[in-house]
Amino acid sequence: MNLKKYQEVIIKPLIDENPITLQILGICSALAVTNNLTVTMVMCVAVISVLSFSNLFISLIRNYIPSSIRIIVQMTIIASLVIVVDELLKAYDYETSKKLSVFVGLIITNCIVMGRAEAFAMKERPLLSFLDGLGNGLGYSIILIGVATIRELFGAGTLFGYEILPLVSNGGWYMGNNLLLLPPSSFIIIGLFIWLIRSIRPNQVEEDDFNLSKHSTASDLTKRELNV
Amino acid sequence: MNESILKTIGVAFTVCLVCSLVVSTSAVSLRDLQKENKLNDRRLKVLQVADIYDPNESIAQQFTKLESKFIDFNSGMLLSEYKNYNIDEYDQLSATKNPQLSIKVDASDDIAIIKNRENIGKIYILRNEIGEIDKLILPIRGYGLWGTLYGYIAIKDDFNTVSGIEFYEHKETPGLGAEVDNPKWKASWKGKKIYKDNEVVLSVIKGKVDESDLQSSYKVDGLSGATITSRGVTNMVSYWFGESGYSQLLRELNYES
Repeated sequence: MNLKKYQEVIIKPLIDENPITLQILGICSALAVTNNLTVTMVMCVAVISVLSFSNLFISLIRNYIPSSIRIIVQMTIIASLVIVVDELLKAYDYETSKKLSVFVGLIITNCIVMGRAEAFAMKERPLLSFLDGLGNGLGYSIILIGVATIRELFGAGTLFGYEILPLVSNGGWYMGNNLLLLPPSSFIIIGLFIWLIRSIRPNQVEEDDFNLSKHSTASDLTKRELNV
Repeated sequence: MNESILKTIGVAFTVCLVCSLVVSTSAVSLRDLQKENKLNDRRLKVLQVADIYDPNESIAQQFTKLESKFIDFNSGMLLSEYKNYNIDEYDQLSATKNPQLSIKVDASDDIAIIKNRENIGKIYILRNEIGEIDKLILPIRGYGLWGTLYGYIAIKDDFNTVSGIEFYEHKETPGLGAEVDNPKWKASWKGKKIYKDNEVVLSVIKGKVDESDLQSSYKVDGLSGATITSRGVTNMVSYWFGESGYSQLLRELNYES
């Protein structure tokens, strides 16, 4: 039956249609919360739940939303879910919520959430939309976890806060790479991921928006000048 | 059909109503838990800085070992009571937002960039078996690189030697400024002296402290890659142990003992 379609909406966003590496959405939070795996994991769970449930609820009422106010209705639902997630975190995982600070709130502005609501949930049935949210959330998480692993391991010498490479400052031998602890490094790492994925899947490479005309050479110029 | 004005208003209203119900329900039902988390987090840091924290016992239980006192920053006196405030609930940070309970710090004096200083603070006292002061736990705060660092510093009974430092809230860069939470760095504060001839001289320097340096007990290792955070911590210590902070109280206690 439609089982294949259900599978597809979960699996496709993992690599083939990854929201970060193919669609280049949701980069801002990928920069901000990836210097520590524990924090990243919590952020991923938060994004997955917001994404899945916002897709579900928007899909449920999609036939009643007047198109003139559809964006603001989507935003209201997304924002409410984000606040609920934020409140839950503050109540049950205070330590991490302290570290995530404003970034949970900023899920509201994560383009992936709006993007999926507008592109998928407004057209498809609730269950399918929920799974699409789940799939995209997982796709987002895969990249984030990848980035966070590299940043935490080589930046701070730890994974999930456990020491893997003993730092010089703690009496070990590993000199942490401080650049990796700063947000710009995620840009570089995500760029490398995109490069890697597009080398393996060349069909993801976008066509050039326009072609540069050929350079004119010295001999061309002289010819033209001679004509004049 | 969906586009009629009435329907648009109706949908907007319903969505808002449902969402606000969900949000307020979650906010109200989780508030107690959140408050407790916040309080426990603070208390945990106080216990840790006093070096009496035992993970097997409840935080609230252990906290009873400490005695809380109000401190009047203008006179340097310790008070057991202040107006109608309950000492357990008094929050000196919210006092800084009330002009009647705080003063604006003059820009030239405001080295820690705290803007407003409360008139009345709250400190914790750890006493030994015979009731003498063993340690004082004093709240400090000041601006680092990205925001204000909030923490506690514990002082030994000579009212000059640091026995511990902890920060419970800051926004510094993980791996750089956030190394203020590094246990090794925090341990390096132990035994450092704050005052020399009644002047605050303790500072976080750049680089490592040379142990052979005669002044080494007034210097703390800098956080590498976090010069501004290190400077912020130095300024914080200078401010809070200066005249508008705890220096009057500490001098007073020192004469007594």
